[in-house]
Amino acid sequence: MLTIAGRKFRSRLFGGTGKFSSPEVMKEALAASGCEMVTVALRRIDLNNPADDIMRVLDRDRYLFLPNTSGARDAGEAIRLARLARASGGGEWLKLEVTPDPRTLLPDPIETLKATEELAKEGFKVLPYMNADPILALRLQDAGAVAVMPLGSPIGTNQGVLTRFQIEIIIAQARVPVIVDAGLGAPSHVAEAMEMGADAVLVNTAIAVAGDPVRMARAFAMAVEAGRIAYEAGLGTVSKDAAPSSPEDGLGFLR
Amino acid sequence: MPPHPPPRMGWDFCGNPMFMIPEFSALQSAVSRATEAEVLQALSSNRPGMAGLAALLSPAAELHLGAMAKRSAAITSQRFGRTMQMYAPVYLSSFCTNRCAYCGFSAGNAIDRRVLTFVEAESEAMILHQRGFSHLLLVSGEAPAKVGVDYLEKLALRLRNRFAALSIEVQPLATEEYARLFRAGITSVAVYQETYDRGMYKQVHLAGPKADFDYRLESPARIAAAGMREVGIGALLGLADWRAEGLALGLHLAWLRKHYWRTGLTVSFPRMRPAQGEFKPLNPVSERNLSQMIFALRIFDPDIGLYLSTREEARYRDGMIGLGPTRYSAGSCTAPGGYGLADAGGEQFEVGDSRSLAEVSVAIQQKGFDPVLKDWDAVFQLQGDRQQAA
Repeated sequence: MLTIAGRKFRSRLFGGTGKFSSPEVMKEALAASGCEMVTVALRRIDLNNPADDIMRVLDRDRYLFLPNTSGARDAGEAIRLARLARASGGGEWLKLEVTPDPRTLLPDPIETLKATEELAKEGFKVLPYMNADPILALRLQDAGAVAVMPLGSPIGTNQGVLTRFQIEIIIAQARVPVIVDAGLGAPSHVAEAMEMGADAVLVNTAIAVAGDPVRMARAFAMAVEAGRIAYEAGLGTVSKDAAPSSPEDGLGFLR
Repeated sequence: MPPHPPPRMGWDFCGNPMFMIPEFSALQSAVSRATEAEVLQALSSNRPGMAGLAALLSPAAELHLGAMAKRSAAITSQRFGRTMQMYAPVYLSSFCTNRCAYCGFSAGNAIDRRVLTFVEAESEAMILHQRGFSHLLLVSGEAPAKVGVDYLEKLALRLRNRFAALSIEVQPLATEEYARLFRAGITSVAVYQETYDRGMYKQVHLAGPKADFDYRLESPARIAAAGMREVGIGALLGLADWRAEGLALGLHLAWLRKHYWRTGLTVSFPRMRPAQGEFKPLNPVSERNLSQMIFALRIFDPDIGLYLSTREEARYRDGMIGLGPTRYSAGSCTAPGGYGLADAGGEQFEVGDSRSLAEVSVAIQQKGFDPVLKDWDAVFQLQGDRQQAA
């Protein structure tokens, strides 16, 4: 079972709350996904308002609440947002997003590292969103991140695991769980990430803007499970040459 | 026949330190000569670029409005999800030192002028707060003696803890002034060029500081340089040729993007409606034209925020939900003090969609979209000295 910072998760699919056509559709899709951890943009919710449209449909006994710092341009802003969120009951889990370019929303590695160092010291359980840079993953882990969240491809692009080569290295090296985040547009993409040995994946856009978000959530859940089972069962190696399925060729002399 | 090669646009001004705008007639000829093949190419390209934008704005693209709508809707949904951000304007003052042929607040017009006190402005804002708004746009006529930087700074400091985002649409300011307002809690600034056609600009801006075309043109760069989160640009539709204005907006967006990569960009589409002064649009823009312009800019730049205000009628705004725009206002009043006083009078323009926030929200939901009231946070506004305190 997946364990992050001492907490156990049955599902290796994490969900998001953005881009849904209504809070009710979001609630149903999250339920269908079977996920147990859900990220929520702090800028989008009002923690002090019990009638907040997202908070009122999210059962915090059922889902671990993973606030994110979406919109923060530098470490200072992300830290401020995190502190105020914790003070308002947002908890200590934090998806750290420092994205100074409002177009690609790619993470700033330098500011992300600075913020991780500070917030980990302050007792936050930090899960940084990062580019798929293996050395950065190690640096973030050393700075106190409880997991790392490398991107498959830029957020919202549905392009799948374009960073495969780097993510394979991150998975091979990291001590903390590796959660592939962003750009996973189809169940086949998450199956690929899970087959590679990712500990979990986070999917939002592909579910939220699907024709039927509830059914799509279920499809993603099944793909995560299939990919994980395949990884655990041990996939065959990929070869350019055809290999005989009965490995007796050339051994005909044996009696 | 092989597909026609895309025209070389020859206006790659992105490297220039100052934004420059080509002759308006050159922009017009670029959009008028585009062929259907270029339209189809732009529609199938992931990055249509400036040549693609010209094609999508061209008369040749009119036959493909349906395909443009589909593409624009798909891009919008992918980038912004099935959501619509909601905001409301607060008109602070109808005083203006400019004489602009088209505007209800023009200095020559005999209207009852009014500037809100801080208490009045705050009470207007709180009426909107009670209605559910948390993104406000503060608007005023251009009269620095009535609503200057000091006024805006003080008002921002009074409002910033109660609202998730505060934008302004006021006279162009200096970079240091924008920086002061950013520290006071202003998130974004809109300065519309009104027209990128210098000749037309001169013709309709009869007197006042606004007659300086270049100072206005350079405002978005000053806003971004001051650190604002977001810059809004736009052209007043009904003045010059809208197709060429669309291309000019594309050039401005591309230049800003290259020079200020941290700054978000938005475009508004104010289409001329009856105002005090009886100005008739010189080049009327139809709903089809407006739609084509919105779709073209969305396909050109998937990331820009697009506003469609209550200037437009309810029927049109409902139809456009999901097709490109990402920000809607609702229940707007364009007269200072108009929310508190039922009959304040002296509007800048008459609204075309007078429905309440609740009514517009229902229309958005019926289209399968989520009206989002809060998508920013006051924490971001605690700049400067407050940064340490937090």
